[in-house]
Amino acid sequence: MDSTLALQLVVQGILLGGIYGLIAMGLSLIFGVMGVINFAHGQMMVMGMYVSYWIFVLLGIDPYLSLVIVAAVIFVLGYVIQASVVNRILDYPEAMQVLPLVSLGLILENTALLFWGPDYRSPQTALSLTTFWIGSVMVDVSRLIAFVLAIVITILIFLFLKKSTSGKRIRAAADNRTGAILVGIDVSRIYNISFGIGAATTGAAGVLLLPLMPLSPHMGHDFTLTAFIVVILGGMGNLMGALAGGLILGLAESVATLFLPATLKQVVSFGFLVIIMLFRPQGIFGGKK
Amino acid sequence: MFIAAVMLVLLTLPLVLDKYALGIFVMIYFYAYLGQSWNVLTGYTGHISLGHALYLGAGAYASTYLAQFGISPWIGMLLGGLIAAAISLFLGYLGFRFGVRGVYFVILTIAFAEITRLIVSHVEALGSFSGIFLDFNPSFINFQFRGNLPYYYISLGFMVFSLIAVRLLEVSKPGRFMVAIREDEEAAQALGVNTFKYNMMAIAISAFMTSLAGTFYANYIFYLNPNTMFGMSTSIELILRPIVGGLGTLFGPVVGSFILTPLSEISRAYFAKGGLEGLHLILYGILTILVVLFMPKGIIVYVNRLLKPILQPAVKNKQG
Repeated sequence: MDSTLALQLVVQGILLGGIYGLIAMGLSLIFGVMGVINFAHGQMMVMGMYVSYWIFVLLGIDPYLSLVIVAAVIFVLGYVIQASVVNRILDYPEAMQVLPLVSLGLILENTALLFWGPDYRSPQTALSLTTFWIGSVMVDVSRLIAFVLAIVITILIFLFLKKSTSGKRIRAAADNRTGAILVGIDVSRIYNISFGIGAATTGAAGVLLLPLMPLSPHMGHDFTLTAFIVVILGGMGNLMGALAGGLILGLAESVATLFLPATLKQVVSFGFLVIIMLFRPQGIFGGKK
Repeated sequence: MFIAAVMLVLLTLPLVLDKYALGIFVMIYFYAYLGQSWNVLTGYTGHISLGHALYLGAGAYASTYLAQFGISPWIGMLLGGLIAAAISLFLGYLGFRFGVRGVYFVILTIAFAEITRLIVSHVEALGSFSGIFLDFNPSFINFQFRGNLPYYYISLGFMVFSLIAVRLLEVSKPGRFMVAIREDEEAAQALGVNTFKYNMMAIAISAFMTSLAGTFYANYIFYLNPNTMFGMSTSIELILRPIVGGLGTLFGPVVGSFILTPLSEISRAYFAKGGLEGLHLILYGILTILVVLFMPKGIIVYVNRLLKPILQPAVKNKQG
């Protein structure tokens, strides 16, 4: 086997895995706090990508600079979704919780279709084609930046939850809803903020992905499923597990292209998913349930 | 009496409908049937499947593939049903034996459908990515007809068949056990219900029924594509009607289909003309959310209330 190619794929897989981790962390946070699975997660990410794309095309601001704006916009989107829909379905049976969120995904996906049409778009940002070499391995600059920023954001969120007062409130509400209400925490508001943060992280991940792949309204599904796989690998509600799961999945998908056509790499990830669910449903690193 | 009157109206309806309207009714019956098939699993046992496109696709591809060797789609339809049931039993065995429940079960069904979609996309004999165009050889044996009229009666037949089958299931012992599983699986098990057996039964019946519709679809649309036949958007499409109509009720999927399908067909045509592609799906999504939030038992509750004065005498007669 060509060892340079293998090394190249390993590097690419790990770099992409960091972004997978960031997408999945949002999902994991939402599950960990509210116990709800966000079936519209990938679609939220695509919304983030389009907002960033719009800012880039209309105002000429590079995606990396608009990251914060996009995160804020998607935060508001998540906040509103939690406040208007998800808070009302928290006590529903699990089955009935799935459907509104699937519908939200449908709404977001088709809103993107309505606004931007079905065409693929790939914005030419300043760094999108820049590369450099480490030995015989080629590294995309935008991939590297995406990876580094993804890790930085992941660590920031982690610190926010551990150290800040709001973060402690979120963890309190996640641990024990009734207890949190008893000590005077406005749990509904904390839930809105948590969903907002979960959405903002996936929106930010979308921005990081924008220079790496062409954008289309229908790509959300795939990322929702990717996020599920990563979260189940890492353990539901385990944030650092999500990062690790992202790296593992990125690596596995990338290396799988050595043996399979690239369009079949997802079979590997779904196979992973099924095996993990059957034999270790709490994830490799242990999770909430 | 009431049911007989409705049946008479539906049977004579083609006399007054034009081709376009007839096509809409075919879709109404088709989605009512699909919704009913899905309802058997999710409505009665409570295990949500978001991968039912898998069985639809299995039926469509099986009968179309076999038709190339001169096997009538009518036979291919039954074989496809058996294949779909076998796949569902495998999925069910993994899911129900290993205790994959709730959201995990949903994800398991999605994973199976996606894996199948990806594999079929790479099988040359099944047309890989570009799909299969069916040859048009109208005859009864070939399950292909000129005009919408035969399809109207076949789809109506499908829907009536599903209503009778599910009604029979509903009042049978296995049907009662399935409802018990939906209400509380552990309690049902504690009372001695073999929950594994009835879960398996429900998923197999549901998959078999869904797959029959696949053969109908293939021979009505004449084009199969892995992304539409196995894709998640199809799985979502086919569950909306029973939810809006009323999950776990006999007439819920029918009511849901009579409301949503014309809405979808007409608004799709209308909005696409105005360049507003996708708007009908946005309306769909909003409607589903509103129904789940404000009428979690479905529209059937209101329909029942509306029809009560008409149905009441019949109920009294039965009791007397």
